[in-house]
Amino acid sequence: MTTAPTRPSAPAKRTFTAAASDYLNDRTGLAVAIKGLGRKAFPDHWSFLLGEVALFSFVLVLLSGTFLTFFFQASQAEVHYDGSYVPLKGVEMSVAMASTLDISFDIRGGLFIRQMHHWAALLFVAAIGLHMLRVFFTGAFRKPREINWVFGFTLFVLAMAEGFTGYSLPDDLLSGNGLRIIDGMVKGMPVIGTWTSFLLFGGEFPGTAIVGRLYTLHILLLPALVVALVAIHVGYVFIHKHTQFAGPGRQPTNSVGPPILPIYAAKAGGFMFIIFGVISLIAALFTINPIWNYGPYDPSPVSAGTQPDWYIGFADGALRLIPPGWEFVWLDRTWSFNILVPLIGIGLFLVLVVSYPFIEAWVKGDKREHHIADRPRNAPTRTAIGAAGVTFYAGLWAAASSDILATHFSLTMEGVIHALQAVVIIGPFIAYFLAKRVCIALEKKDREIVLHGYESGRIVKLPGGEFIEVHQPLDEFDRWRLVSYESYAPLMLRPNARGKITFGQQLRAGFSRWFFEDRIAPVTRGELEASHSTHHEVTQSEQH
Amino acid sequence: MNRSKRRTGRRHPLATVALLALGLVFTGGAYAAISSGTAAQAEAKPTSQETIEEGKKLFQANCATCHGLEAQGTANGPGLIGVGAAAVDFQVGTGRMPMQMQGPQAQQKPPQFTDEQVKQLAYYVASLGPGPDIPADHLVNGGGDAANGAELFRINCAMCHNVAGAGGALTEGKFAPPLTNVSGVHAYEAMVTGPQNMPVFNDLNISPEDKRDIITYLKYVQDNRSPGGFELGSLGPVAEGLFIWIFGLGAIVAVTIWITAKSN
Repeated sequence: MTTAPTRPSAPAKRTFTAAASDYLNDRTGLAVAIKGLGRKAFPDHWSFLLGEVALFSFVLVLLSGTFLTFFFQASQAEVHYDGSYVPLKGVEMSVAMASTLDISFDIRGGLFIRQMHHWAALLFVAAIGLHMLRVFFTGAFRKPREINWVFGFTLFVLAMAEGFTGYSLPDDLLSGNGLRIIDGMVKGMPVIGTWTSFLLFGGEFPGTAIVGRLYTLHILLLPALVVALVAIHVGYVFIHKHTQFAGPGRQPTNSVGPPILPIYAAKAGGFMFIIFGVISLIAALFTINPIWNYGPYDPSPVSAGTQPDWYIGFADGALRLIPPGWEFVWLDRTWSFNILVPLIGIGLFLVLVVSYPFIEAWVKGDKREHHIADRPRNAPTRTAIGAAGVTFYAGLWAAASSDILATHFSLTMEGVIHALQAVVIIGPFIAYFLAKRVCIALEKKDREIVLHGYESGRIVKLPGGEFIEVHQPLDEFDRWRLVSYESYAPLMLRPNARGKITFGQQLRAGFSRWFFEDRIAPVTRGELEASHSTHHEVTQSEQH
Repeated sequence: MNRSKRRTGRRHPLATVALLALGLVFTGGAYAAISSGTAAQAEAKPTSQETIEEGKKLFQANCATCHGLEAQGTANGPGLIGVGAAAVDFQVGTGRMPMQMQGPQAQQKPPQFTDEQVKQLAYYVASLGPGPDIPADHLVNGGGDAANGAELFRINCAMCHNVAGAGGALTEGKFAPPLTNVSGVHAYEAMVTGPQNMPVFNDLNISPEDKRDIITYLKYVQDNRSPGGFELGSLGPVAEGLFIWIFGLGAIVAVTIWITAKSN
């Protein structure tokens, strides 16, 4: 303040931006937050952007969905369609269906926004799936991020619920068939099934209440939960900071990458609009859910090729893969194991997915924090378990399109079903074995490269007449990537304070052996030095 | 001048045409009302002895191996006495017969005979015993009510052929073919004769007018591409899911790689 007299013209030169920033900062204290968050670094890797893809498609889902709520009427009152689509003129249908047709044909831009909403929703769930796979295979779910894995998993389930409730709103033939399958699954549950179904539908299926109820879930309850969980999920990414792959200068305590402001924010902002652009392009060019083909819901017809949207496909596939005759009468009640087995199977699978971080931490007995992402090959058992899970899911998923596979590849439907039954039951074991061997082979190759360098293809004749191939040694930066991973030894069984080995300990040791007995340890400093001393002369002689 | 000249005539110049049209509609309508059963007669039916003779020759040269010299049937193929001209016109006209190979279902292939030869075969087989005839033009030209046809299609046809006529799978390698290219005549003939694994939809089940409406809907779907853009085969959520994973997410992953690529 005392220096003011020396530069009297300074206040007059203040730019508008500076003034506005000052104004804001004086009233909100924003500078502190921007200074702190703006300098936060984000590691750069393409796979770290998959969560953002999900986030940005969700933004588009919200925006386009808001537009649709202006015109959609969630009522099952019956009307005769009187819009512009000729093959439905005069057909009796619900107001929900008629208003969706109006959105498609009689509201300017309605069809584009509807298609955008649906495509963005498909992309949203797909991006979540891919993002989860990235987090799983790089071990980014380890402490302290296990809780965020659970939040993320919950978001995945909520996204599926959002998708399914949305799919059911137009009250067309396809959505009605989908609801009927859900109704059947609910009714297949012993004791509570019928009660639950009547509660859901407000009486016997289909009733006149379900669209209104699903609408409330779809636009109010579920989105509120998703938004809240997204905030928590992303908040935890800030709190924990993002994981990064091993590399020179990358420590568990730091985060190497461009700072949020200005680089990362600009990139992410641009990326958001690229995603909007891609979805808009798809929505403008490709039909999705042509309800005008399906017509209004009527419980009697079912179209060939009736499937749920892709993310519910695995559940539909599970139903299709059950062999006939798994239904019997006992205690004067029908027990529908053709429905219960898929329900229980899918439930167990989902429980395994959500609890995997805790299982792995327990097996390892590892309570440390991990901020460096694993390369999938350096955790062979985890990667193999993941591959088995992916195969299981993919088999169920493919089964949802068994009829389409049959017609388009000129196969028999029974053949497709039997092949996929094998994929679901035997496939995971084969995938586990293959993935594990591939990981271990890659680790061995990495070891080889670290110790002996790359084969250069140059054959040199030594003065003594011996031929050797010259190996090009790795530079330190590349080597860092290959040697810095953690290796776990199987847990040793030790008696506890009371001199006993409990069952829990034995179980844990068994799992630990399964995980780590055929591990490949990273190259140690000693091994590296030993290999260098033997190669020293060769490289010397090669240089002279 | 001109106007007064026109007024001098007692009748409008188009009156004759209108009268003719009215007469035709009346006769046609009365005829359609009177004719019962599936035998919707074609207008110009060349059932001359010569046609039948030509058809017989073609039949004996191309079909008799499986269906027998007198179309009485053999162990390899059914007898064709009483299947009618419609069945032959459909099977031969769409190239399903002569059959390419034994299998769960006769595959469609480019027709082996000219239209004239197909008709000769059809009338030869029709001469062996009464059966459904090739439908009249007014039933298959798509002039009916598309909305009624669409509803009937969803109830009666969509479970095998898919709501948009994209086709669907049946058991043991059999299938309901796509209807995206089928002609009105062939669609009608298929309904009255039930080829391959298709059930027969006789006139008590679906009246000729309703069949006409179904064909009208099929023609509407064939002539009007989807208002939403490319249809992805009208296969429903499977095609959509495949598309978003491969092309949607594929494009976006390419973008993420581009964004995070380090400049050299």
